[in-house]
Amino acid sequence: MESLVYIALFAPLVSSLFSALFAMSQKREFVGMVASSLIFISFASSAILATEIASSGHGIHVVMMDWISAGALSIPFGFMVDQVSVTMMVVVTLVSTVVHIYSMGYMDHDKSYNRFFSYLSAFVFSMMVLVMSDNFAGLFIGWEGVGVCSWLLIGFWYHKADVSREENPSISPSWAANEAFIMNRIADLGMLIGIFIIYWNVGSLQYDVVFSALPELSGSVLNSAAIALFIGAMGKSAQFPLHTWLTDAMEGPTPVSALIHAATMVTAGVFLVIRANPLFALTPEVSFFIASLGTFVAFFAASMALVNRDLKRIIAFSTLSQLGYMFAAAGLGAYWIALFHLAAHAFFKALLFLGAGNVMHAMDDELDIFKMGGLKKSMRWTYIYMGLASLALAGIPFFAGYFSKDAIIETAWNESHTLLWFILVFTAGMTAFYSFRQVFLTFEGDERYKKYNIHPHEMYKYVLVAMSPLAILAVIAGFFQGSFEHFVTHLLPEYHMSEDTHHIAWFLGLVVLVFAVGGIALAYKKYAKGLKRDYRVEDSPIYQLLANQYYIPLMYEKFITKPYAKYSDIFWNQIDVKIVDALVDGIAKFVYKSGDKARVVQTGNLSNYLNWMGVGAVVLMVLATLSALA
Amino acid sequence: MIETIAFYLFSVLSIGLFSVTVLSKNVLYAMTSLASGMVLISGFFFLLGADFLGVVQLIVYVGAVMALYSFAMMFFDMTRDIKEKNTNQARVFLLGGLSALMLVLIFAAPIHSNEVAALYPIHEGMGNAQDVGIVLFTKYLVPFEVAAIMLLVAMIAGIILAGKKMDQSLTEDTSSDDILIQKDTK
Amino acid sequence: MITLTHYLVVSALIFSIGLVGVLRRRNLLMLFFATEVMLNSVNIAFAAISHYYNDLTGQMFAFFIIAIAASEVAVGLGLLILLYKRYGTLDLDGLSNMRG
Repeated sequence: MESLVYIALFAPLVSSLFSALFAMSQKREFVGMVASSLIFISFASSAILATEIASSGHGIHVVMMDWISAGALSIPFGFMVDQVSVTMMVVVTLVSTVVHIYSMGYMDHDKSYNRFFSYLSAFVFSMMVLVMSDNFAGLFIGWEGVGVCSWLLIGFWYHKADVSREENPSISPSWAANEAFIMNRIADLGMLIGIFIIYWNVGSLQYDVVFSALPELSGSVLNSAAIALFIGAMGKSAQFPLHTWLTDAMEGPTPVSALIHAATMVTAGVFLVIRANPLFALTPEVSFFIASLGTFVAFFAASMALVNRDLKRIIAFSTLSQLGYMFAAAGLGAYWIALFHLAAHAFFKALLFLGAGNVMHAMDDELDIFKMGGLKKSMRWTYIYMGLASLALAGIPFFAGYFSKDAIIETAWNESHTLLWFILVFTAGMTAFYSFRQVFLTFEGDERYKKYNIHPHEMYKYVLVAMSPLAILAVIAGFFQGSFEHFVTHLLPEYHMSEDTHHIAWFLGLVVLVFAVGGIALAYKKYAKGLKRDYRVEDSPIYQLLANQYYIPLMYEKFITKPYAKYSDIFWNQIDVKIVDALVDGIAKFVYKSGDKARVVQTGNLSNYLNWMGVGAVVLMVLATLSALA
Repeated sequence: MIETIAFYLFSVLSIGLFSVTVLSKNVLYAMTSLASGMVLISGFFFLLGADFLGVVQLIVYVGAVMALYSFAMMFFDMTRDIKEKNTNQARVFLLGGLSALMLVLIFAAPIHSNEVAALYPIHEGMGNAQDVGIVLFTKYLVPFEVAAIMLLVAMIAGIILAGKKMDQSLTEDTSSDDILIQKDTK
Repeated sequence: MITLTHYLVVSALIFSIGLVGVLRRRNLLMLFFATEVMLNSVNIAFAAISHYYNDLTGQMFAFFIIAIAASEVAVGLGLLILLYKRYGTLDLDGLSNMRG
């Protein structure tokens, strides 16, 4: 059993290191194959571990070695595979395997093929460390690791130059990568402060020790720790105001978006809240704030997706929105529901992204859905996949999203937060609308791409086959809700709807369904027959506001980045160069000059040297006499 | 009484003569005054009851060392005056004066310890030469032998440094070597 | 009464005179003369201390100093000869090859 844990953990690392050997060479087919096989091995181990834990009911704890052991501080490299972490492990490795195989097809024309697999596998490894760790420090290591790998992968095409914001809102891959990393770093400060607060008050960072010590801590300590940790989660899961990086991260290759920004890294924040649920359960105000923020973000992101033209950006906004849902569930105390939605969402969102990648690959990397249309003729399977995923996303009954999203909305009603409930319901309608707007504009209607001389073709067969597990799970995952609840509530607190909610559950579900179907119908009416541009609507202020992401990126640039850059320049040129460097150089120059002056003594003239000897002797005699007298 | 007069006489004369040594521009004058000064130093030694030392001073210093210097003077052909650059007289005399002052102050201070125990006490009965001989050949035997070796080395060094045609042997007949060498090159 | 102090003062004075000569002289041979003066002054001091403390150690030391001075003169003059052959002059100021 323990060896399975190590295999699941280290197989991605081996894959990454193996691919790194070939990073500087040309594309080699076997690099992709070896990487994908190793990730599949990791998935198989995780699956076996999951069945093992399901049957035995308790987790597996291994301690690899002592890492820090200094005085009272002891942090080992330990890994805990329990119901929560094994769920994450299975999700992560499954999606990673599919994405790896997909990348073999998607990146086949890229000259940095090998490097891509190295980074991708390194990311999987970091994510595994994050979810499998048994203490906050290991979590933080994985946290930082996924941040770094995300930076590497978003900026994969680093050679693309910066362009203006009008041409490309993300300016360039390197810029987007930096933005993602820096925003994550800002949030990581909060995370670190949270970890420090926990350590200072509890004396250990092990989960079991911390959670058992929580009831004894004072309210203010708990609140501050919860807020600080949540700030860290905000950065990683792109909650407002640290959300702009997620849409800009679409500059990276599509498999990266599928893996990182749909299924794994962005869910790390939710995972943290779920993992630390004893802490958040003890701080109801903070939890309510999390739920409210999640709801707000759900609505906020969905509103921006309504008018966007970029294929991947729509899906990115949808991720942001669904993350809001997950946080809403976690904030309201329904942790297992949040985890369930996390898993289901991973499947259909990854499928959506991979489908979008297929479309991009076929359309020569064209992203504007206004330039697509009618692709269902040439890309049958991609149409089916994306349709299934969108159905799941919209929450149509019997697809996976229906069970998970409805559970969250029901939770909001259960907790008597009517405003939150209504916003979530309305957002569900918006979600249905924009996802099907995207599907219809891309696949149905008139073939607008013909104008641009693009000849689309379907993706390779093996890639489509690889995407099928995700499609199947997007359809059937919802039916496992019951057994999943039973499985995971061994560890997580149970959450049942109250009697009242149970009675009107069918009614609540109907309300959501009405909104969802209404959204789809509206999208069908507007876009199924093709694109009709309505410039009056497009120029209206609300439309412009949404299309420019509420001008938030612009404000960040104007009020934060530019002044900061100015101050950095001042600090560099005025202070660092003029003062610090001058000081250090000054010391060197002083030594040099004094040596130069002292060189006068060396005349090579014996008489001079004897003179100096005489002077020295006299000085010593004077000193000796004076010290003898004193 | 005699001792006092002798002391003052010797000291004034030696100081005067040594002043001539260091201040004169003529090599011959300097050398002559040096030799004379050394004779007077030997007089000091006799005054202090160090007979053996006095005799050694006369033989070695005045005899051998001064002879060496005379040969050197002749070799370097310095009978004419040496033009000495204008050194900074003030600095030199200041330094010398200061050092003189310091040393005199140090030595004139009544800080002689009375606790010093003689390591090799002088025996009143026998003469100084015997006394020195006993100590020299028993207690100071090793330094004596080492000094002998040092003198040998100095002698050889002096010969090598100053000698001419040192690569040819004075005892062996090496004239046939040239014929042999010539035969090889033919 | 002539005490040890008198002798030591005389020795000090002669030493300073020698020092002045060493510092002043530009001709190497004259420099050697001044060195001899200094050595002799030290001998006086040793002999005086030996006399007034009734110890033979001082005389032994003076003895060895004489021996060393003799060999030093021999080797020094040999070197002087070589120097003269090489540079043709014994003037200190012209021999600043080791100028830094």
